[in-house]
This record gives sequence, structure tokens and C-alpha cells, in this order.
Amino acid sequence: MDGIHDLGGMQSFGPIRREVGEPVFHEEWEGRLYAMRMATRLQNPGNLRPHIERMAPGQYLNSSYYEKWLHAWTQILVQNGVLTEEELRDREAALAADTGTPLPRREDPHQARQALERLRQPQPLQRAATSQPRFRVGDLVQTRHFHPPGHTRLPRYARGRQGAVVKFYGFHDYPDEDAAPRVQPLYAVRFAARELWGESAELDSAVYLDIWENYLE
Amino acid sequence: MTHDHDHHHKSPATLRTRVLESLLVEKGLVSTDTIDAVVRAYEQDIGPLNGARVVARAWTDPAYKKHLLEDGTAAIAELGYTGRGGAEMVVLENTSQVHNVVVCTLCSCYPWPVLGLPPPWYKSYEYRSRVVREPRTVLREFGLELPAKVEVRVWDSNSEVRYMVLPQRPPGTEGLDAEALAALVSRDAMIGVANVQAP
Repeated sequence: MDGIHDLGGMQSFGPIRREVGEPVFHEEWEGRLYAMRMATRLQNPGNLRPHIERMAPGQYLNSSYYEKWLHAWTQILVQNGVLTEEELRDREAALAADTGTPLPRREDPHQARQALERLRQPQPLQRAATSQPRFRVGDLVQTRHFHPPGHTRLPRYARGRQGAVVKFYGFHDYPDEDAAPRVQPLYAVRFAARELWGESAELDSAVYLDIWENYLE
Repeated sequence: MTHDHDHHHKSPATLRTRVLESLLVEKGLVSTDTIDAVVRAYEQDIGPLNGARVVARAWTDPAYKKHLLEDGTAAIAELGYTGRGGAEMVVLENTSQVHNVVVCTLCSCYPWPVLGLPPPWYKSYEYRSRVVREPRTVLREFGLELPAKVEVRVWDSNSEVRYMVLPQRPPGTEGLDAEALAALVSRDAMIGVANVQAP
């Protein structure tokens, strides 16, 4: 969808602010949220991104990175029936009233070990070929000019643009929420800066994107 | 509000995260020590020193470098760095003619096993919006002035394939071993917003 998350090429954001020696997590809750999302075993873990992308622009821009995660993951947990709105409300009231007591702990060293192993487990992304790839390295290609209502990985700035295939990555899962085949050839495509940004392009630069075959005319 | 109350004041996000933790732990879906262990892993073990070791190995072992550029996933796995957010790795070599830099304009995709979690600036609206459009200007802001003859390649990391930059080895480091070289390689150099400086 053409949401606020699709930021590539937008102007007016100003200088990039950097911290020196910043911590991995700035606040304790960020780390615990991140770890819960990584380690909680759910039948359907869900995908945070479509939920984040549907946030209203003002809310998106004013939420920190992990606040967006919190928003999206809470929605997923409720939608998938893991938690109910009522449980959330009741527990929130109880914990808000009790400022001192630490949360009850449950230890499961076996689960902790497994979670750490899973973080490091190789996860092959290659899928069996489902078709003959339509393009080869060196081919000139044209991206489609589309505006799908759901999640897509083709940013606005690269739609309806010409590029050249520089790598073939084999067959990968297709992440968009449309009806196209779920496994597709994936290519790296080079777009000259001039093709993307016209007269205002900087000299001698190019942008490379990973392009599923369905994104190409 | 007294100081004592301040101490216990919780932001809405802190409170909501405590709500999730208490409910998920109670339901047996995750244990407290699992959460502790994953936080520790990303705070202490899974960070840019991993990527720096890959770079140092490539600088000191030409056969490894060739393997790394041809099959980043396998060459990096050889050093033990595999897993979530880095299932398939492509390594981009910076040279005197080509400078690569990585971004994720739509989100925050980043090669976790070799670089850890991304710094806030990598996830910022400023970096995501600007580096695809004005990479030379952005790199200059990072203190990296590239000669006009160097081509800039911006990799917008939009699939599950993850990218890491192999920076140029700085002159004057011929006498250093892999361990000493790894200590020079910054996270920013492996994203492509800095060069590696000789000590």
C-alpha cells in the first residue's frame, strides 16, 4: 500500500541524527518486547509489517520503532486469539495499580536453550523452481506501475521504471498480499539514479533493489 | 509527584509490555528466562564484531574473500554466523571505483547475525528517505567525501536477502593480523557509511 512507511525519496526529513555509543536497547521494555516477539512459540506468528504499514501517518511518524512493534504485535495476538482485549484491559489495570511488585517469573531452561539455538539456526530461503525464470542477468526490465492496497516490497519510487538485471537469486517466497504465485524468481535489479530521480539525480549513482518476477512487465 | 512515585512511573509502552509479558508467561507461551536469554544474546553476542571478523578474514585470506563474494551465505556460515535476519547473505565489495551503501527504505532490514540489531539512525525516517535519492550528500554528512569518479551503489534491502559491505583495507595495515584488523572494522563501514581508518 502507498503508506507513510514507503519513505524512499521523500524530501524534508532533514539531517540524520546519530548517537555515539548507543545501547542495543534504549529502554528495558524494548529488549523484552523484542525477545518475546522472537521467542514466543505461536502457531501463527503473524507478520508485523502489514500492521505497521496500516498505521495512520501521524501515528506512524510519532511512534518509536519499538512502539510500532508493540502496536502491531498486540493486534496480531488479539486477532489470532492468543489474548483478548478484555484480558489486556484487566491486566493493564491491575499492573498500573501495582507499581512495586515484580512480574511473576517462570523458568524453563530447556525453552531458553532452544530459543537461542533457533536464533542461530540457518533458515534456507531457496524454494524449488516453479517456472522457467523469464529474465537473465543483463536483461533490461521494466517494473510495473501498480498501487496494490496490501503489503508490497516494491517501493513507490521504483514503480514503472527501467533497470537491468544484475543477479538471479533463485526462487523465493513472495511477500505481497495479492493473488500472485507464492513462490517466484527473485532478481537484483540496478536502476540508474537518473531513471529514478530525473534531473535532480546525483551523478554516478544507482539504486539496487530485489525484484520478484511479478513486479516486472 | 514525589521522587518516590517518579521512580515507579511507567510509560504506556512499559506498562503494555509488562501486560504482554505477564499474560504470555502465565499462559506458558514463553518463559521469563527465555526472554532474559534472548535479550542478553543481542546485547552481548550477536553484534558487529561478528561482521568485523568476516571482513578481517577476507582481508587476510584471498581464497576466503573470493568465496565470500561468490557465496556470502556459505562463507559467513563457515565462521558460525547464521540464523534469523541473515538467512541469505550477499557481500558487496568496496573498491577505489565502487562504493556500496545499504538501506531499507520500507522498514529496517539488516543482517542480524553479522551486525546485530540496527542502530536508530539506520531505522530513522531521515536515513531511509534520503540515502536512495542523495547518497553522496548523505555520505558527506557521515564524514565520507567520495571522489566524483567513484560510483555510488545504494542497496535498498527489500527482500529476505541481506547485504553487508566489505570495506577497503586501509593502507598501512600490512603488518596487522586478523584479530588486530577486526578491531579496526566499524559497524558503519559494513553498512557503507564510513571507510575503515588505519590505527
